[in-house]
Amino acid sequence: MKTYLPPKFLIERDPERCIQCQVCINQCTFDANYYDAEDDEVRSRDKNCIGCHRCVLFCPTDALTIRRNPLDYRENYNWRPEVIEDVIKQAETGGVLLTGMGNDKGYRIYWDHLVLNASQVTNPSIDPLREPMELTTYLGRKPDRVELSQDTVGLKTELTPQVKIEVPVLFTAMSYGAVSLNVHESLARAATEMGTLWNTGEGGLHPNLYKYGSNTIVQVASGRFGVHPGYLDTAGVIEIKIGQGAKPGIGGHLPGEKVSAEVSTTRMIPQGTDALSPAPQHDIYSIEDLAQLVYALKEATNYTKPVAVKIAAVHNSAAIASGMVRAGADIVVLDGLRGATGAAPKIIRDNVGIPIEMALASVDTRLRQEGIRNQASVVISGGIRNSGDVAKAVALGADAVYIGTAALVALGCTLCQQCHTGKCPWGICTTDLALTKRVNPEIGARRLANLLRGWSLELKDILGGMGINALESLRGNRLHLRGVGLTDTELEILGVRMAGS
Amino acid sequence: MAENRRETGQVVKIDASGVFYRQLNARLRDAVSNGAQRIELKNVYGQRYIGSDLDRPVEIDIFGTPGNDLGVFMDGPKITVHGNAQDGCGNTMNNGEIVVHGHAGDIIGLSARGGKIFVREDVGYRAGIHMKEYRDKKAVVVVGGTAQDFLGEYMAGGILILLGLNLGEGQHHKANFVGTGMHGGVIYLRGSIEGYQLGKEVGVAEPEEEDYQILQKFVSEFASHFGYEAERILKHRFIKLFPLWIRPYGRLYAY
Repeated sequence: MKTYLPPKFLIERDPERCIQCQVCINQCTFDANYYDAEDDEVRSRDKNCIGCHRCVLFCPTDALTIRRNPLDYRENYNWRPEVIEDVIKQAETGGVLLTGMGNDKGYRIYWDHLVLNASQVTNPSIDPLREPMELTTYLGRKPDRVELSQDTVGLKTELTPQVKIEVPVLFTAMSYGAVSLNVHESLARAATEMGTLWNTGEGGLHPNLYKYGSNTIVQVASGRFGVHPGYLDTAGVIEIKIGQGAKPGIGGHLPGEKVSAEVSTTRMIPQGTDALSPAPQHDIYSIEDLAQLVYALKEATNYTKPVAVKIAAVHNSAAIASGMVRAGADIVVLDGLRGATGAAPKIIRDNVGIPIEMALASVDTRLRQEGIRNQASVVISGGIRNSGDVAKAVALGADAVYIGTAALVALGCTLCQQCHTGKCPWGICTTDLALTKRVNPEIGARRLANLLRGWSLELKDILGGMGINALESLRGNRLHLRGVGLTDTELEILGVRMAGS
Repeated sequence: MAENRRETGQVVKIDASGVFYRQLNARLRDAVSNGAQRIELKNVYGQRYIGSDLDRPVEIDIFGTPGNDLGVFMDGPKITVHGNAQDGCGNTMNNGEIVVHGHAGDIIGLSARGGKIFVREDVGYRAGIHMKEYRDKKAVVVVGGTAQDFLGEYMAGGILILLGLNLGEGQHHKANFVGTGMHGGVIYLRGSIEGYQLGKEVGVAEPEEEDYQILQKFVSEFASHFGYEAERILKHRFIKLFPLWIRPYGRLYAY
C-alpha cells in the first residue's frame, strides 16, 4: 500500500563539507542515509529520518543538519499534522499505535508555574561553598514517636529498615530488555558512586550487576520476571510495580525478538518468547491483597529492607496512597502523566493519568490529614527535568524523586520516541548487540554521576539561598513555594499561595 | 509458646495455635537454620507465607489450614498440607513441592517458575496463571478434582494437569476461559470440555507418546501422594491443550 505519510524531517547535506566517509550511513539505524554506488555518492532518504541527530553529531565535517519538513497543511487547530498522520498510520496498518518516551502533549507543567523563595534582609542566606549543607535522605517508614535509651545514648525505639541516600534523586525503573545491559551498568555504577539508588525495572537483574545490590531497587511486577530469592536478597529496596505514568492500567508486552539469550537469563524465561506483563497483578485486587504481597516480600527477606509500592498518578491517588501506607508500603512511589516508557499505546500515554505535581500535593496532604505521613516516604517521578523541579517537588512534599528521561538524555537520548522499535540509534533502548556498544558503561556512569553532581550543587545553592542548611527543612514546606498564573482551584490543590500574597 | 516446641533429633514440632504468622515464620527460619530436616506444624489456622525464605530443602507437615501465599517465593522445601490450602499457594515459587490433601483456593502456582504442586481435590479460579519454565525448571501443577474459570490463563510455560477424578459419569469440567492468553506450556485434561470453554489462543490435540510419558510421571507422583492407582487414572482419555501462538499479541500494533 502506498503510504500517504510525508517525511517528518529533511536531511540536508552540505556538498562542500561532505567527504563521502559514510559515517552517517553506519550510524543511522533507520536507513535514512545510504550509498548510491552508481553515482558514487552518499545520499539520504528523508522519509526514514526520525530526527535523532545521531548522524549530525557523528559527522566528522559537520556536513549534516536535520530540519523539520516545512510541508504545511492548511491551518486547522483541530486537525493538526500529528492527528492527521496518526489516522493515516492506522488506516495503513489497522493496529494500536505504539510510541516511546513520555507524554509530549501540552498539558500544563506546574513546575513552570511554581517559584521558590529566598532569604532577604530578615534572615540570612547561606553560602553552601563555605558552610555544610545536607542533602542526605533516609527512605523508609518512620516511627510515630521515638524513645531514647537513658544508658546507651541511643534509640530505644526499634526502627524499621531505612535506606540512606546522599542525593534525593534516584534512577527510575527501566527494565533490561527495554534498555540495554550497558545502560543498566551505567545506572548502577553512577548510583553507587553518588550514594543513591537505581531501579532494575521488571526485567530482572543481570548476574554481573549483583555487586551493586545495596544501591539497587529490584522491581516485582505483574509478570514476576526474574523474581527469585537471590534477586530479592541482593536488593537495597524492593518495589512492587502496580502501574506506571506512561501507561496506567496497562500491562506490557516485551516482544519475543527482544528476548535475547542474555535477556532471557535475567527474566528467567525461554529465549524468543514474548514476555507478557498482565495489566493487573492477579494476586492484587484490593488494598488487603496489596498488603498480602507487601508482607510476602517482607517475609521473603526477613524484614531487612523497605518495600516500595509504585502506582501511576490517577484520579484517586490520594485515597489509594493512604491504602498503600496502611498496607505496609514503606515507600509510596507516584509516577505522573509525563512519565516515560519503552513502549506504550500512544493513546494511553497521551490521555491517561494526572500531572505529578497535583498527585504529589494531594497525596502528601491526605497522608498528613490522616496522620500517617511519617509511615512512608514519598518518591515521585514523571517529568523531573532539573534541580529546580527537584527542589519544588521536595517543597511540595516528596522525600526524593526518580529520574528516567533526564538520565537517558544524559546518556545521549534525544527523545526521538522510537524506543518501541528496538532500533535506538543511541544504543540505549535496544538489545541489538551491535547498537548497545554505543553506550560505554564507564562513560555512561561518568555522565550520569556528573548530572547528579551538578544537580546536588544546585540544590545546595537553592537551599542556601533560602537560608536552609538541610533538605529535610524544605521537605513539605510549601510556604517556600508561590504560584504564578494558576487558578484558585489549582493553588488550593497544590496547597500553595499566589505569588505576591 | 516455647514449651509447645519439642525437638526430637532433626524433627521439630510446633503448635501454631494463637501464633501470628510473623512469629511462626521466624520460628521456621530458626528451626531450618538450626538444621531441622522435618517440621510438624499443628493447629495451623490461616497463618500466611509458610515456607517462604527457607533456603534449604526441609519437609514441613501442616495440620490445619495454612493461610494465603503458602510457599510464596519458595526455593526448595517440601510442604504437605493435611487439610485445605487457601489462595496463592505456590505463588512465584522457584523450587520445592506442595502437596495438599484437600482443596486449594484461587491463583495457585501464580507465576511459579519451578517446583510442583499436587492438590487432591478442587482448585479455585485462575489456577496456574502465568506459570513459567526456564532452563531446567518447569513448574508442575496436578489437580485431582476440577477447577474454576481462567485455568492456565496467560500460561507461559510449565505443565498443568487436571484429572477431574470427582466428576461423575458424563460430567464436564465447568471452567470457562481455559488457557486465555496462553503462550507457552501445556495443559492436560482428563475428561471432556467444550470448545466454547477454551480461550481463543488455545489449540486442542490428542496426547502423543511423549505426552503420555509426562502424564505417566506426574500422575504416578500424584497417585503415590494420595493413594490412588495411577494406571486406573491413566486409562481414561486425556486431551492436550497447547498455545496456538507463542506470540499471541504480535499483530496488535501498528508500529
